[in-house]
Amino acid sequence: MTATSSPRAPLRASAASAKLQRLAALVRKETYQLFRDPSAIAIGVVIPLLLILLFGFALSLDVKNVPVAVVLERPSPEATELAAGFALSPYFASSELTSMRRAEELLLRQKVDGIIRIRSDFARQLNAASGEAQVLVYGVDANRARIIEAYAQGALAQFLARRSAEGYPPAEGGGAAVVQSRLWFNEADDSHYFLVPGLIVLIMTLIGAFLTTLVMAREWERGTLEALFVTPVRAGEIVLSKMAPYFVLGMLGLALCMFAAKFLFGVPFRGSVSILTAVSTLYLLVALAIGLLISSITRNQFVASMATLIITFLPALFLSGFLFDLHSMPTAVRILSYALPARYYVNLLQTLFLAGNIWSVILPDTAALAGMAVALLSLARAVTTKRLA
Amino acid sequence: MVETVLRILALIRKELLAVLKDPRSRVSLFLPPVLQCLIFGYAATYDLSNVPYAVLDQDRSAASHDLLAAIDGSGVFRRVAQLYDGADIKTVIDEEKALVVVQIGQDFQRRLSAGLPADVQVIADGRNSNTAGTALGYVGAIVDGFNANWAADHGGTPPPLRVTVRAWYNPNLETRWYMVPALIGTLTFLQTLLLTAMSVAREREQGTFDQLLVTPFRPFEIMVGKALPSVLIGLIQATLILLVAQLWFRIPFAGSYFSLYVGLLLFLLAAVGMGLMLSAVVANMQQAMLYAFVIMMPFALLSGLTTPLSNMPQVFQDITLVNPLRYAIDIAHRVYLEGAGLAQLIPDLWPMAIIATVTLSSAAWLFRGGLE
Repeated sequence: MTATSSPRAPLRASAASAKLQRLAALVRKETYQLFRDPSAIAIGVVIPLLLILLFGFALSLDVKNVPVAVVLERPSPEATELAAGFALSPYFASSELTSMRRAEELLLRQKVDGIIRIRSDFARQLNAASGEAQVLVYGVDANRARIIEAYAQGALAQFLARRSAEGYPPAEGGGAAVVQSRLWFNEADDSHYFLVPGLIVLIMTLIGAFLTTLVMAREWERGTLEALFVTPVRAGEIVLSKMAPYFVLGMLGLALCMFAAKFLFGVPFRGSVSILTAVSTLYLLVALAIGLLISSITRNQFVASMATLIITFLPALFLSGFLFDLHSMPTAVRILSYALPARYYVNLLQTLFLAGNIWSVILPDTAALAGMAVALLSLARAVTTKRLA
Repeated sequence: MVETVLRILALIRKELLAVLKDPRSRVSLFLPPVLQCLIFGYAATYDLSNVPYAVLDQDRSAASHDLLAAIDGSGVFRRVAQLYDGADIKTVIDEEKALVVVQIGQDFQRRLSAGLPADVQVIADGRNSNTAGTALGYVGAIVDGFNANWAADHGGTPPPLRVTVRAWYNPNLETRWYMVPALIGTLTFLQTLLLTAMSVAREREQGTFDQLLVTPFRPFEIMVGKALPSVLIGLIQATLILLVAQLWFRIPFAGSYFSLYVGLLLFLLAAVGMGLMLSAVVANMQQAMLYAFVIMMPFALLSGLTTPLSNMPQVFQDITLVNPLRYAIDIAHRVYLEGAGLAQLIPDLWPMAIIATVTLSSAAWLFRGGLE
């Protein structure tokens, strides 16, 4: 607890310690309130656990075992060998058919995601060096379709390579450029590697901004903040004490995610934990400040929660670079993304988890977050104080 | 009977007034779906463009020049740096100056001319492995094109096997064509669920629900009176998003509006039923909002919007069977892109009809329990 003031201590010191005492009492009150409130438990504990479960086990962008139909219009050794290539590939779960009509029916009913059509004169054409294989993909999910297309091309290229190894003429007369690709930082191409940093951002946003908004807006709505105002507590102290328990809850959420990342998903962490803690603190402060600001301005639970959802949560999902590449967005949207704290935090997390302590990334992003934290916190304090006074 | 209809109409009028008379809530109902659709329509894309890449060309030959020109001309990549030292690769990738580095070894042209395979090293920043994988796919396609040209120009035989690829329903494989129709379901789901969950909770909290009880309304009528306005608002929101999709993003609509709206109506009834059920069990607005949020999150993530359903383990795929959003997104895609008719939508329609019936009747039952 705080130091008790001695009667002979200078006035200033006693004022300061009284302030500390008030603050400690308030923080205690807020903490009790937090743990008594089932809604806080729901957002602070249930949703993070749910998210970890979903991200860890349900969501995946890795394309494996894609159901495809291989249509063999007339069996021949060449055609059968090509079909076997698809049957053996880990990316495809292929089923062999003989009729294109039947395959198209399956594609329409989404029983298969693609069709590889090997025409009846495939063997003859191939030996005349003019073979053709037709790949049909269900294009509605464009991302998946493109990956399937690339895998199908790969399987066909392997087929050709095997044939040329067996002494058939090489694929190209004048030699060919061969792509040797390497995926740095994520050699195994595991989508958990980039989903987990995103997960942390979502959870921190949820606890920092959404929960704070909701609780504060309720206090505004019910007038309990005004009730606090008639006590000797200052506005700044109220703001500080409101933030403290959510800050702790947010950091606990981070610890939980780190634990899950390491032991559940096996995602490497190549940076330093102290930098992670520091930047997470900054992001949490920014999120808390946004929560306080929105609730002080709207003073209405419904409007406040909708505003938080739209201003913080959805952008953290869509505009932060967590799922979708920022370079590819139109300039206006890209400029907008610079105003979002989540963008910097996602970048920091992805770098710290997978690349390590890259200072030329860490420093500018941290500076941006720090600037936002200072600006938003002072704004939140000013708005809340003004509204109270 | 006539009285029932009149009473319900009166209640619907009152509900709509309550929701729409406040300018703030009016704005918060109709502006966000349009704005979100616009922003996410632009942002939520897995298609790449403008990807920064760096070059380490150790060959400096006509062949390497041609290959790089093909990459530059693809419209996907933007050259940001010319490297002279292999050690620089690590720097540009680490510092996020470039997402991809293309390294061409010094005997590239010699090997090509000798009819040997010539390696092109392509290194991608895997911090977002999905983006990196897509970028590598683009490079692969560009190199294939280069090989075909090289062979044609240098008297080689064309490749013995050509692959022709056709994508159904989305010929250019644009993610936007997938995302924007899916938003019709997603955004209306979020809003109508919350709106319905809050509507009864608000009356409870303000004590007006008790006043409603002393009127001649039956529980069933109260429920219908609460459900229909939300369905109506959901339909208006869906229409707004549909308009943005067609007029702004110009995504061609292949199906019939009738099929789409039949699907949407069933979907909204299911969503509203869930909202009302929730609304019947919660004590106040805050709980309503929270539980709505707790429900919405997994439903949105397990709907196939951001990651494909078929990638999920079987357990989670089974869970999605009770998710009305899953069916709504499927319907939106099938009608919008494939032009599917009602008969083809039946596998999606009946589960939603069941969800709607179950949730609406349990809500009615819960209301009655609360009333008597």
